[in-house]
Amino acid sequence: MTNASVAENGQSGEVYYNDLIQKFVLAAVFWGIVGFCMGDFIAWELAFPALNLDLPWTTFSRLRPVHTSGVIFAFGGNVLLGTSFFVVQRTCRASLFGGRALGNFVFWGYQLFILMAASGYVLGITQGREYAEPEWYTDLWLTVVWVAYLVAFSGTIFKRKEPHIYVANWFYLAFIITIAMLHLGNNLAVPTVIFGGTWWKSYSLYSGVQDAMTQWWYGHNAVGFFLTAGFLAIMYYFVPKRAQRPIYSYRLSIVHFWALIFTYIWAGPHHLHYTALPDWTQTLGMTFSVILWMPSWGGMINGLMTLSGAWEKLRTDPVIRFLVTSVAFYGMSTFEGPMMSIKAVNSLSHYTDWGIGHVHSGSLGWVAFVSFGALYYLVPVLWRRKSLYSMRLVSYHFWIATVGVVLYITSMWISGIMQGLMWRAYDNLGFLQYSFVETVAAMHPYYIIRATGGGLFLVGAIIMAYNFIRTIKGDIRDEIPYETPAAVTARV
Amino acid sequence: MSILKHHAKLETNALLLMVGILLTVIIGGLVEILPLFTIQSTIEKVDGIRPYSPLEQMGRDIYVREGCYLCHSQMIRPFRDEVERYGHYSLAAESMYDHPFQWGSKRTGPDLARVGGKYTNDWHIRHLTNPRSVVPESIMPAYGYLHHPLDYGDIAARMKTLRVVGVPYTDDDIANAKADLVAQASDSANTDALMQRYPKASLGKKDKTTAAVTEMDALVSYLQVLGTMVDFSTMKPDAIR
Repeated sequence: MTNASVAENGQSGEVYYNDLIQKFVLAAVFWGIVGFCMGDFIAWELAFPALNLDLPWTTFSRLRPVHTSGVIFAFGGNVLLGTSFFVVQRTCRASLFGGRALGNFVFWGYQLFILMAASGYVLGITQGREYAEPEWYTDLWLTVVWVAYLVAFSGTIFKRKEPHIYVANWFYLAFIITIAMLHLGNNLAVPTVIFGGTWWKSYSLYSGVQDAMTQWWYGHNAVGFFLTAGFLAIMYYFVPKRAQRPIYSYRLSIVHFWALIFTYIWAGPHHLHYTALPDWTQTLGMTFSVILWMPSWGGMINGLMTLSGAWEKLRTDPVIRFLVTSVAFYGMSTFEGPMMSIKAVNSLSHYTDWGIGHVHSGSLGWVAFVSFGALYYLVPVLWRRKSLYSMRLVSYHFWIATVGVVLYITSMWISGIMQGLMWRAYDNLGFLQYSFVETVAAMHPYYIIRATGGGLFLVGAIIMAYNFIRTIKGDIRDEIPYETPAAVTARV
Repeated sequence: MSILKHHAKLETNALLLMVGILLTVIIGGLVEILPLFTIQSTIEKVDGIRPYSPLEQMGRDIYVREGCYLCHSQMIRPFRDEVERYGHYSLAAESMYDHPFQWGSKRTGPDLARVGGKYTNDWHIRHLTNPRSVVPESIMPAYGYLHHPLDYGDIAARMKTLRVVGVPYTDDDIANAKADLVAQASDSANTDALMQRYPKASLGKKDKTTAAVTEMDALVSYLQVLGTMVDFSTMKPDAIR
C-alpha cells in the first residue's frame, strides 16, 4: 500500500472526484437490490409456476436475463467502475483523467446501457446468448461507454505521480481490456435492419459449433475477468486497507496475476463437454481449467494471509468479516470449478442445478460479499462520516446473508447431484428408471429452500441499504460498540 | 528470482503493461477458436441438413425471443441414458445453420434437440398454452400469448441477413419466402415447391384458434423439425467419428 492516499486530496493538491464515486455506490446498492429481487422472484417461479402470471413480460425465460445482467453488469459493474475510479486516483495520486465530465459520461452512459439491455429483455429483444443478451444497438452503445471508461482509467494511470502501478490497477486493467476484447469478439452480428427488417433483431456472424465456442470463450471469461479479475482488484485494495496490513506477498501477486489472466481464457470449452465441439478443444479446456485452480488459490492465499497478525479483527470488525469470508468463498468455488470441469464429473453435473449452485457460491459468496465489504468501507469515507450508522447492522447483514448463501448452495448441490443421478438411473429390467418430469417434481423442495436462501440474501442487502441511508444522513446508532483490537489485546 | 526483477519495467510503464495484458489474454481464444473454422472434420459430412424454412426460422426467432434456451438444451450428449431418452447424440452439422446456436447450458426442462415428431401438433399447442394441462408436474411458464398473429412482414429481410452470415438461401428461396411461410401454415395450399426447397418441413395449420398464421404456428413448426433433418440411414460411421 506504500503511501497511496491517506488524505482526501492528493499531496500535490490533486482533487479526487468523490461525488462521482458516490453516484456509483448509490447505483450499485439500487441495482443490487433490483437484481436480487429479480433473482428471488424467478427462483419462486420455479417452485410455483403460477407466478409466471401468463404474461409475456413476467415469464422466467424473459426475466432470467434481467436477473443475470442485473446482478452481474448493473450491481457488479457499478461496484467495479466506482471502486476502480476510487482506487486508481488514490494509488496513482492523480485526479481522474478527463475529470468530472468524462467520469459522468461513463456513469450515465453505463446506466443507460443497463436500461437499454433490461427493457429489451422484458420486451423479448435478445441475442439469445447467455450473459451477452443485449442486441446490437445496445452492444454498440456499451462499446462507446467502455472506450470512455478505458480512456478515463488508463489516462489516470498515465498521469500518475507514483512511479509504480499498484497491483489492484493491474487487475482493473486486465478486466477492462479483456472485457473489451470479449465483447467485440462475441457480439459480431448483422442486424436485419440493413435489409429493411426490424431494428430489434440481428443474427450472429457465427453458427453452431463456432458460435458455441465463441460464446463460451466470452461466457466463461465474463466470469474470469468481470467477476474475478475485477473483484480481485477490489480485494487487493480494500483488504489491506481495511486490515491495515500490507499485501502478504508481492511476488505471489506477480505470479498469480499473469498465470490467472493467461489461463482463464482457455477454460471456456468446459461449458461444452461431450457436445458436438471437437474433443481436442474440450480436452484443452479441461486441462487449463484444472491448471486454473493454482493461480486462483494464489490469489486466495494472498488475500487471506494479508490478515496475518490481524486475525482478531474478524471478531471486532464485521466489514473485515465480509471481506475475509468472500476470499474464503472464492477459494471454495475456484476449487469446485476445476473439479466440475473434469469431464467425468461434468457428465453428471452439466445441465443440472449443481452449475447454478456453483455460480452462486462464487457470485453471492465471493463477488457480492467482497462488494459489500468495499461498499461498507467506502460510504463513510465518501460522505465524510465518522463511522457507519451501525456496525451491529453490518453484523446482522453478514449472518443473514451467510445463512442465505449456505441454504442456496447446499440445496442446489443436493438437487443438482440428485437430478444428474436420476437422469442416468436404470431399473432392474434395464429401462431408464425415471421420466424427465419425475426429476422435475423431485426438485420442488430444493427450489423452495433455494428461494428462501435467496430471500435472506435480499433481506441482508436491504439492511445494508438502510444502514447507508442513515450513515449518509449522519446518524450514529446507539449500540454497544465492538471492542477495538487494542482493547481485546489489552484484556488478553 | 531475477525474472521478477524485470517486472518493474511492466509496472512502471502503463503502455507496456497494457500491451502485455492484451497479448497474454488473446492467445487462448486464438488457439481454441480459429482452428474450428479451418479443420474440415469439425462439421460432419451428413445428408439432409438444410436451412430452416421461413416459418421455421420465424419460429426459431420466437424460441430465441422467449428465452427457451435458458431451460432447454438442444445438445444430446453421447451417453447411453441420453441416447435412450432423447435419441442419437447431436452432431455439429445439425446446428450449422443456427445463428445463434441454442445448445443451452441447463435442463430445467428436457432436451429438445430431437423433439421433432415426438409429439403431435395438438399436444404442442396445448402444452405451450398451458403446460400443466398435459404434464401436471411441469413448472414451465404458460405461453398462451403466442396465439397472436405472426408478424412476418420482414421475413425476406431476415433471410437476406442470414444469407450474409452464411446460410445458403437462394434468390428463389427469398423471393418465395412469404408464400412459403403462408403455405406451410395452411391445410389446403399447394406445398410441392415448398417441400422441394425444405424437405421434411412440418405442414398444416397447427394453431386452430384463428385462421391467421400465429406465432404458435411458427414455433411448433420449428419444434417439429428439430433433430429430424439428418438422414441416419445414409450416414457413414466414419463421417461422425
